Amino acid sequence: MSFLTYLKDGISLGSVYAIIALGYTMVYGIAKMLNFAHGDVIMVGAYTALMMITRAGLPALPAVLIAMATCTILGITIEMVAYRPLRKAGSPLAVLITAIGVSYLLQNIALLAFGADGKTFINVVSLPSLNLFDGQLVISGVTIVTVLANIVIMICLTLFVKKTKRGRAMQAVSEDRDAAQLMGVNVNGTISLTFAIGSALAAIAGVLLCSAYPVVTPYTGAMPGIKAFVAAVFGGIGSIPGAMIGGILLGVIEILGRAYISSQVADAIVFGVLIIVLLVRPTGLFGKNVQEKV
Amino acid sequence: MDKSLEIIRRMKNRTLKNHLITYLIVIVFYVVIQVLINTGNLSSLLTGLLVPICVYVIAAISLNLVVGISGELSLGHAGFMCIGAYTSAFFSNAVGDGLPEIPRFILAILIGAVCAGLFGVLIGIPVLRLKGDYLAIVTLAFGEIIKNLVNVVYMGIDSNGLHISTTTAMDLHMEPGGKQIIKGALGISGTPRNSSFTAGIILILITLFIVQNLISSRSGRAIMACRDNRIAAESIGIPVTRFKLLAFAVSAAMAGVAGVLYSHNLATLNTKKFDYNTSILVLVFVVLGGIGNIRGSMIAAVILTALPEMLRFLSNYRMLIYAIVLIVMMLFNWAPAARTWRERMREKLPFKKKAAAGKEEA
Repeated sequence: MSFLTYLKDGISLGSVYAIIALGYTMVYGIAKMLNFAHGDVIMVGAYTALMMITRAGLPALPAVLIAMATCTILGITIEMVAYRPLRKAGSPLAVLITAIGVSYLLQNIALLAFGADGKTFINVVSLPSLNLFDGQLVISGVTIVTVLANIVIMICLTLFVKKTKRGRAMQAVSEDRDAAQLMGVNVNGTISLTFAIGSALAAIAGVLLCSAYPVVTPYTGAMPGIKAFVAAVFGGIGSIPGAMIGGILLGVIEILGRAYISSQVADAIVFGVLIIVLLVRPTGLFGKNVQEKV
Repeated sequence: MDKSLEIIRRMKNRTLKNHLITYLIVIVFYVVIQVLINTGNLSSLLTGLLVPICVYVIAAISLNLVVGISGELSLGHAGFMCIGAYTSAFFSNAVGDGLPEIPRFILAILIGAVCAGLFGVLIGIPVLRLKGDYLAIVTLAFGEIIKNLVNVVYMGIDSNGLHISTTTAMDLHMEPGGKQIIKGALGISGTPRNSSFTAGIILILITLFIVQNLISSRSGRAIMACRDNRIAAESIGIPVTRFKLLAFAVSAAMAGVAGVLYSHNLATLNTKKFDYNTSILVLVFVVLGGIGNIRGSMIAAVILTALPEMLRFLSNYRMLIYAIVLIVMMLFNWAPAARTWRERMREKLPFKKKAAAGKEEA
């Protein structure tokens, strides 16, 4: 039965990774940049929700909505101020380093505002836990909400990208930015929208992550951010189902590795699996294989 | 076509002069710092930073070889530094007083460089098949794996030879009188502190010598050809993978040297310092200093390592300022809008006008 418990924990953690990875993968697919600050947007979302609940005394749902709104505005602002001026710079590295700068900036603002000590996070999910097999397998409310949220987000995003005009504009921009512009697609607006969606998802991920592991520090987002990036690459960067499956696989591998092999090398196992997957399928599980032309 | 030939001819003439200027800058820097120390004008904080500055300068030069010259994004350089640091510290501790100080330190440097270089080859063979961001994430993964694995290793030496364990110190089954050197997450303590500013400067000069000569050699031009156009390079018979591997391994070995310098400067060595943040920090030096510009990345490493200390009077705000400075400098250096603005400003300056006009004529 302990295996099922670990599996459940893995799926729960993996669902959080998947939600973060969706943000990563969409931004990468459209803006062709690694947004290293994405992990820190998670942290901002978690802090905002926590402040809304403890300081302003709001119930959980409005607090989460405010956190999402804050992160959306933050995401759009970051994109406009830090990334947009560099879009035509011709070097992906320049944007990468700027993103790292933004990441440092967010971490240090949080450090000044909230201090380096971890703040205890309040569980925002008031759902009762589910007992299965005579109480041998307990599924907490957070886990249920996390997994459900993951599925709902994934379905909504897929529908949005495939069925709506805005979503198809996203596909067009990710396929060929210049051609999309010539066809009358508002490229800047589409990229802003992508950042907005990704950041709102990051806020949800932050709240869910900190509900399951109830401490938030200025560095809370950094490692999950990296892991989610690994998950996005794992599933094939740019692919929505890829990000979800990559995230869940990563969470399960991490928890099982921690339980059965060693907690100290769990991260090494995660990264090791990533390397093996990439060596066998260089563009990830669901990635498109683009043939290089002369 | 003519234009590119012209550029190549001019570059060749300039290369030697350029190299000499770089060495000269390092030596002048050394002399100035020595004068400042001897006249008591350097604060103890900055004096303590001198060896770390050398470490980061070497790391920046070595990463520039991969990122700038070979054109591959590596986010795992801290892993190679970790290998160099641990192997050399292990060697120095194991030998102890069996060798005089200077030969022991030289051997430690060689061992660190060779081990890191070997890992560079081992990791490079599978990894260099990937490209771009995928390569970046895999090198990051390797760096983290190295850090995680080193963190659980226990290693000791006694009359029976080496003992290695990955669980606890007890599992080493050491004979009494044996020396336990690597203590898992506690790392290595008691490494002789052989690193000095002078040693660091000598190592910088050696690293520079290797990299600059590699770049201007036939192999270096082949490496750059692979960077600029892989397919074209392949079609004229350049073995792309071999040259990329050469650059990667040399770079790893030099990152190992940086690690040696780092480990012999500290009483206690652990893996905390070798996470992806350090790799990213070194990458920041390279990009800010100019991708492929060795001298620029050295200067960026010096300034950015000293900057947090210089900003100490700002106390809690210093890292915030650091982050803002980083973003603003990136925007100023790279944004097309800022570039045109800078060029317009340059034209307005009277003494630059002639040079700019001359350039256009040429």
